[in-house]
Amino acid sequence: MSDGAGTKVVKKKQSFGVRFKKSLPIYILLLPSAVLLFCFAYLPLGGLVMAFQDFSPAKGIFGSPFVGFKHFIQYFKSYQFPITLKNTLILSVYGMIVGFPLPIALAIMCNQMKEKMFKKVFQVTTYLPHFISTMVMCGLILIILSPNNGLIANIGRLFGLEMPNLMASEGAFKHVYVWSDIWQHIGWDSIIYLAALSAVDPTYYEAATIDGATTMQKVRYIDIPMILPTAMVLLIMRAGSILGIGFEKVYLLQNIQNSGASEIISTYVYKMGLQGAQYSLATAIGLFNTVVNVIVLLGVNWVSKKTTETSLL
Amino acid sequence: MKLKGKDKRLNILFYVIAILMMIVIIYPLWFVVIASFSNPADVTSGKVWLWPKKIDFAGYRELFKQAQIWKSYLNTILYTVIGTAIALAVNIPAGYALSRKDLLGRKIINVFYLIPMFVNGGLIATYFVVKSFGLLDSFWVMVVPFSVSTYNIIVARTFFKNTIPESLWEAAQIDGCGTIRYFFQFVIPLSKAVLAVIGLWTAVGLWNSWFNALIYIQNEDLQPLQLLLRRILITNQSLLGAATGTTAQELRQLSDMMKYCSIVVSTLPIMVLYPFLQKYFNQGVMIGAVKE
Repeated sequence: MSDGAGTKVVKKKQSFGVRFKKSLPIYILLLPSAVLLFCFAYLPLGGLVMAFQDFSPAKGIFGSPFVGFKHFIQYFKSYQFPITLKNTLILSVYGMIVGFPLPIALAIMCNQMKEKMFKKVFQVTTYLPHFISTMVMCGLILIILSPNNGLIANIGRLFGLEMPNLMASEGAFKHVYVWSDIWQHIGWDSIIYLAALSAVDPTYYEAATIDGATTMQKVRYIDIPMILPTAMVLLIMRAGSILGIGFEKVYLLQNIQNSGASEIISTYVYKMGLQGAQYSLATAIGLFNTVVNVIVLLGVNWVSKKTTETSLL
Repeated sequence: MKLKGKDKRLNILFYVIAILMMIVIIYPLWFVVIASFSNPADVTSGKVWLWPKKIDFAGYRELFKQAQIWKSYLNTILYTVIGTAIALAVNIPAGYALSRKDLLGRKIINVFYLIPMFVNGGLIATYFVVKSFGLLDSFWVMVVPFSVSTYNIIVARTFFKNTIPESLWEAAQIDGCGTIRYFFQFVIPLSKAVLAVIGLWTAVGLWNSWFNALIYIQNEDLQPLQLLLRRILITNQSLLGAATGTTAQELRQLSDMMKYCSIVVSTLPIMVLYPFLQKYFNQGVMIGAVKE
């Protein structure tokens, strides 16, 4: 059986029935997850027909009348369409521009540290906030930015400055959202790059040192090429969820004063669908969101395949 | 290795940045901890900076007086423990199954598992499906329907592919051992690392989750801790009734104290365990990152 070529030939000769019988116990191991996926991922996919119906729970999926693209058109024509799309894109693209390169920079920096103990403490510290729940994180943001007695306001007062209420400002929302995310996840997101860097053969650095390379040159010619494939895969993944920005944090940080900047597609879907009972409209908006995500994912994947020969699929 | 000139300055700069970053990360967390047992008036007026002032446990006292906090804490513990067990029972066998090269139809099955990572039916359709299964307002909605994680399955699959030698399966087969017995008797004992990694991730995720509870659970008795936190931290509903003899200002200060205390109480378990478990969390990222 250890002869690879031999086994292949034997396997090809096995009939479908024999192979199926042999696979049967493996199917049993797959069964629980497959059933759950079918019920709670694939059945809802079927439920997307609602987007093309005037769905009412009383009539059900099979009894509700079809209306074509009515709900999509209604959304595209509504005044909320440009607002929600713009806000989603701003948070997502801003988050990507800042949140993609910074962990890479951190990993490169961390990789240069020679003090083992310091490096360890630094890593444990920067990973820590990742484990704080979104709820607590948002509570923390509200407490710290509170205009009356928050940390920022108190620090401002030390210097005689009166801090504005950032949570009530539409202009500040994106900064609060993105930079608090950086604070929470920069360390954790750098782990994967550190792993890629730890795979560098140390003799590369030694050879570079002998040749008189500076630290920056080593980073430029050893570290960055080493990180690039990992970085591309993560970038593709991230681009693929360009409109799929997390509901939780935006929803929790949203208030009446900043809603002009914080109403994104997913919060709007929640409000229309579960709070406003406009089931078909909400499903249509959600479907539009998913379709855009998939198109962007495939697009970026294609570009990446052409340019860096890295691809996801 | 000695550093010279420019490189030396760069190296110093790295350490300066690192120290500043650590301060920016640790200080807000430290502040919450010391504020949670300082005098409320001093916290409000900005007199608490580095150490607690006039140690005062009023916030904790009031918090622990609330029956809801105990109930939701217990709920969260149950969701976390049972949910993690279910997730492991569902995802680990799937990961192993997909690592088997002799699985008939492996390509199609892989696609079946991958698709939900990228497309989904959306909030409304999922809500109606959950409803039609009669799972609204039930304990199980928190731990069963969304326990499958394609990402974790892929992590498990990669682990099995890379660490369990195929010759072991071949030897077991010759001894007449079937797939299922082989999985439980040989694969599982060799897979403690991946069990720990996926178990920990799932546990942290469940501990911190609230979205499913927001959507599917109305019954207060089933509320997880995080949703109670939402009332305390985000929507600012005070859990305190107006007791006689307290002024509105005192009441507000006490409510603020309870914010700090509830953050500490809800985050403490993870923060305390984290340094000991850190290597497992890291391993998870590594296993997931290994390219095939």
